[in-house]
Amino acid sequence: MTEIFGVPTQALFGQLLIGLINGAFYAMLSLGLAVIFGLLNIINFTHGAQYMMGAFCAWFLLQYLGVGYWWALLIAPLAVGAIGVAIERTMLARLYKLDHLYGLLLTFGLALIIQGVFTNYFGSSGLPYQLPQEFAGAYNLSFMFLPKYRAWVIAVSLVVCLGTWYVIERTKLGSYLRAATENAALVQAFGINVPRMITLTYGFGVGLAAFAGVMAAPIYQVNPQMGANLIIVVFAVVVIGGMGSILGSIITGFGLGVIEGLTKVFYPEASNTVIFIIMAIVLLIKPSGLFGRAR
Amino acid sequence: MPDPTSPAARVPFGETERTTAIAFALMVALFAVAPVVVYPVFLMNVLCMALFACAFNLLIGFGGLLSFGHAMFLGMAGYVCAHAAKVWGLPPEAAIALGTAASALLGLVTGLLAIRSQGIYFAMITLALAQMVYFFCLQAPFTHGEDGIQSVPRGKLFAVLDLNNIWVLYYVVLAIFVGAFLLIYRTVHSPFGQVLKAIRENEPRAISLGYDADRYKLLAFVLSAALSGLAGATKAIVFQLASLTDVHWTMSGEVVLMTLLGGMGTIFGPVAGALVIVGLQNYLAPLGQWVTVITGAIFVVCVLAFRRGIVGELAAWWAKRRA
Repeated sequence: MTEIFGVPTQALFGQLLIGLINGAFYAMLSLGLAVIFGLLNIINFTHGAQYMMGAFCAWFLLQYLGVGYWWALLIAPLAVGAIGVAIERTMLARLYKLDHLYGLLLTFGLALIIQGVFTNYFGSSGLPYQLPQEFAGAYNLSFMFLPKYRAWVIAVSLVVCLGTWYVIERTKLGSYLRAATENAALVQAFGINVPRMITLTYGFGVGLAAFAGVMAAPIYQVNPQMGANLIIVVFAVVVIGGMGSILGSIITGFGLGVIEGLTKVFYPEASNTVIFIIMAIVLLIKPSGLFGRAR
Repeated sequence: MPDPTSPAARVPFGETERTTAIAFALMVALFAVAPVVVYPVFLMNVLCMALFACAFNLLIGFGGLLSFGHAMFLGMAGYVCAHAAKVWGLPPEAAIALGTAASALLGLVTGLLAIRSQGIYFAMITLALAQMVYFFCLQAPFTHGEDGIQSVPRGKLFAVLDLNNIWVLYYVVLAIFVGAFLLIYRTVHSPFGQVLKAIRENEPRAISLGYDADRYKLLAFVLSAALSGLAGATKAIVFQLASLTDVHWTMSGEVVLMTLLGGMGTIFGPVAGALVIVGLQNYLAPLGQWVTVITGAIFVVCVLAFRRGIVGELAAWWAKRRA
């Protein structure tokens, strides 16, 4: 067996792959957070819970209605996104005139409610989600085996992330969005319905979290707590990347996933903390984040 | 971040000095006689959490900084205190002092990292740093991971007061609480507290007047961390336990909730909030996970409709009645 730095290549590439998968989820979630933050100026603490709801939605669909993975990929983001729209309309919309921290506190409370309710009914042990038939098996890349579903996750998340980047940075709709981020009142004066745009943006960000949840369901087990710990890591990813840069949050997400994977190979004790340590270092050198603008 | 329209923000605490003195005397008297009718261990928990919330309030209510990672100070001090008392065999006063010092040091390090950012960034950074401390406590050998440090000896305070006597312990805890409470009150009313408030209201102006805003904020952060540590260390002696619960992010959320519910930026608010939340958790414990749901619901209601909190609303009602 070949080795690199005294580590078997199999293990190295295996952890690299896991890192890439984790990074795909970091990227999708931090992207949603960044989009929401850009326009609403709130940090959506419910993001982890909404990711978990997406996974549960897929599980419900399969368990009770026999609806499979592909439909879940479409239905779950729409359903959870709709709940997000309702939350934005009934609660968040009342807070825009106040300090932005109230938005954080509100979404934190909502996350506790959602996680509490799900834990009550489903316990804290995971529920398995059957891998769709199409993804059984793996590709042989000669130096390692790449399970088909893992390849799919990485590819799809890249497409989703770059698609979002394209819409925001390169289309008319995106230009409205960026303009409203800069100066909402002025954009509204030009006849664009900014409140509706805000609502839909929140819905989109939440839908993205639910989409990530469906993608995660076959890999990790469906568990009420699955979003709670992830979201804090994603916060650190957002701080490292810096808010306000779409491409930045994608690159940081994937990059940190890979770094975390490598840490598992070379120094497993630090694998839980490495992202936070990187955050501390970045804060020392560049407080506004790697891709962020100083504000 | 207290609502600038609330009277609690305009008048220092929404109370005049005389009413504050009366309220303070009333609070101490109530806590002094309460163990006759209420289970003392429950009350000591309230006192520790109230102190924790007061320390947190010093930062958010008067410095305008929302820390979402204050559990790291509570928990770390608990571990250090428990380790010092159990493994090193130090007397309780030294163990508590050591725990407090450890949290102050942790506050200095994390403060240096976090203080340069504001608002939401500050909240996220403190949360992430606290999560790092959580993982450290999960893995470090001296904390005993999931088991925590159990059966911590209470010992004799200054070699005289036997803390194994629940009554002695109770009044020692009450004395610690009252002392820290007065220290916070004094801090808020000192020139230092005034500068802190000025920075909260308008940081560029405070800087233009020649105040080094970052240094003031860092000092407030370290003080808040140290007092949170005092609460955590005392808690470890009272329950003879230091565990992961106290470093977990849910604890950071709880202290935010206590302060929010009681009234941010009011001097008595955190105490009222701690009493309500600890009471809820104690009496609703049989409901299991529903407690989390209720906690979340209180959060939502507070943010949407009750932003001044219990004490803030009371002060507003009082001010209106007198006007």
